[in-house]
Amino acid sequence: MNHVLIAPVILPAVIGALIILWMRTDLLLQRVFSIAGTASLLAVALYLCWLASSGEVYVYRLGNWAAPFGIVLMLDRLAALMVALTAVLALVVQLYAFGSGWDRKGWHFHALWQFQLMGVCGAFLTGDAFNLFVFFEILLIASYGLMIHGGGPMRLRAGVQYIAYNLAGSTLFLAALGVLYAVTGTLNMADMAARVAVMPAEDTALLRTGAVLLMLVFAVKASLVPLHFWLPSTYANAPGPVAALFAIMTKVGVYGIIRFYTLVFPQDTVIESVVMDLLLPAALFTLAIGQIGILGTRNLGRLAAFAAVGSVGTLMIAVAQFTPQATAAAVYYMIHSTLAVAALFLIIDMIGARRGDLWLRLDAVMPGNGLIAAMFFATAIAVVGMPPFSGFIGKLLVLDATRGTPEVAWIWGAVLISSLVAIYGMTRAGSLVFWKSYELEGKPAAILPHAPMRPGRIPTKLEPDEHIQDLGDAASPSLAAVSVGALLAGIVALTIFAGPVMRFADQTAAQLHDPARYLGAVLENQEGTK
Amino acid sequence: MELLLSSAIGMLTAAGIYLILRRRTFAVVLGTTMLSYAINLFLFSTGRLVVNQPPILADGVTSYTDPLPQALVLTAIVISFGMTAVTVMMALGAFLEGGDDRVDMPRADREPEVARAPADRAGEGRA
Repeated sequence: MNHVLIAPVILPAVIGALIILWMRTDLLLQRVFSIAGTASLLAVALYLCWLASSGEVYVYRLGNWAAPFGIVLMLDRLAALMVALTAVLALVVQLYAFGSGWDRKGWHFHALWQFQLMGVCGAFLTGDAFNLFVFFEILLIASYGLMIHGGGPMRLRAGVQYIAYNLAGSTLFLAALGVLYAVTGTLNMADMAARVAVMPAEDTALLRTGAVLLMLVFAVKASLVPLHFWLPSTYANAPGPVAALFAIMTKVGVYGIIRFYTLVFPQDTVIESVVMDLLLPAALFTLAIGQIGILGTRNLGRLAAFAAVGSVGTLMIAVAQFTPQATAAAVYYMIHSTLAVAALFLIIDMIGARRGDLWLRLDAVMPGNGLIAAMFFATAIAVVGMPPFSGFIGKLLVLDATRGTPEVAWIWGAVLISSLVAIYGMTRAGSLVFWKSYELEGKPAAILPHAPMRPGRIPTKLEPDEHIQDLGDAASPSLAAVSVGALLAGIVALTIFAGPVMRFADQTAAQLHDPARYLGAVLENQEGTK
Repeated sequence: MELLLSSAIGMLTAAGIYLILRRRTFAVVLGTTMLSYAINLFLFSTGRLVVNQPPILADGVTSYTDPLPQALVLTAIVISFGMTAVTVMMALGAFLEGGDDRVDMPRADREPEVARAPADRAGEGRA
């Protein structure tokens, strides 16, 4: 057993606890320890990636209990990739939070950040269904705290909505697990897969119920239409860096669907067709709603939130095919959309800091307009999937993977038309915020009515608004800009090294669609366990 | 006993769903609590209902009750307890800062105030 497998869970847990216990009042120590912790998490994640790239499925048995009785962690290519993606995103966004001064707007930012990472990494690594629920709760509890970081009435209210929706999702998760346990008598994913495979087809009514309930739970997390209603207000009202980190949270739901419906309920069982029939239409609607939302919104924060919804739609179209080629496309698109959406949230946060609010309206030219406009332009191209960036390659891969399916007309139509809508929406937002402001130069300020963020208050530029970053607080605005640049560099790298990344994605998909390997790794060769 | 348990789960779930669809936070908190009670009972029943049986297999034991759901329920109780506390704190915070305890987002979340007609504002009836 390689003990490094549990490091992505233990490391943030220990650092988070240390920060709460000993560094509560010292922001500098918090920053040093938290960023160093995330950097070491990245090192661990890269080591795990290297380990997993051999193609073997590594299993870590907690307490050395034999598998299906004890909890196991499973490391395969997908899990390693997701942990690495989480670590990269967390490190860059954390540097942004430090540079922009967001982390000093409330208490316990860094501790919650570490607990969030613990939950996300644990959810990616676990091989036990109930343990997955526990890690979901950990990441959710931390995210509730992060989401309302900085406070303010609108954000708190959005937080209450978010927590209520996700609590209902959690109870659904428990119900699904209860049904699955009642039918299969196990909670270990590999063991469950083995038992589902030998179950006679006429006895699967309850199993199918459980599988669909479970899909609903992951759909809530992934914000699939019609379970996406929590996302726009939550992400738009969350602090910029937190919303950027949340880009990985929708992917946790996507990951859950990939994991469960390739391993536990693979293609040849009756369940797959039920799930596929539901998943593909939901994905198409998600894509449409997300991209129309980009066009329809009047707030930059919500624009990014709808971009996140739309990217999940594209991703889900690929996932819903459940073929190795489509899964590989989904893996590639998952990396791309996480980086692109996170970059979009950070840039919009920078815009908010300079303009005073996030409404899409005419205003004077903001400081640093040129650089921010360039970054917004690049990110918008990546998000809507235009060449030359990785969004284009990702969408091409998704389209290519769905070419032979009967629903090809629907899928291609939805992807292509909705991309056009998104391009129009992004263009409109960009030209209004960055270009039209030059028309106002030299004109009196009176024609620029400021829209208040809260009802019943007269806004002034002097009053700091909790919704947005405060440039006066910023430790180093240039560090913030550099970290956005780092995300963009990641997108460029993903474009240039698309070949190697796709090879890894292909191998990942091949591994995922061969569940026998997981069963062998978890349930066989158990010598030396208790 | 099956009837008693299943009707209890059903009624708790129905009450919970009704309450979480209300638009005041207090009702929603009660609703999530009800739902979690229902789910705890449901989890308990997934190990099948058996009375007065030992929870662990031993020599000479032919019938036993499944101990695993009980462990799951324990975990679920702890988590839902903590979650309820977090929800109450956040609902309280939203009430104190925002001035009302509604769950839905006000219109000012979606569009700037200047664009709204006065009649709209009067219709919403809140500070």
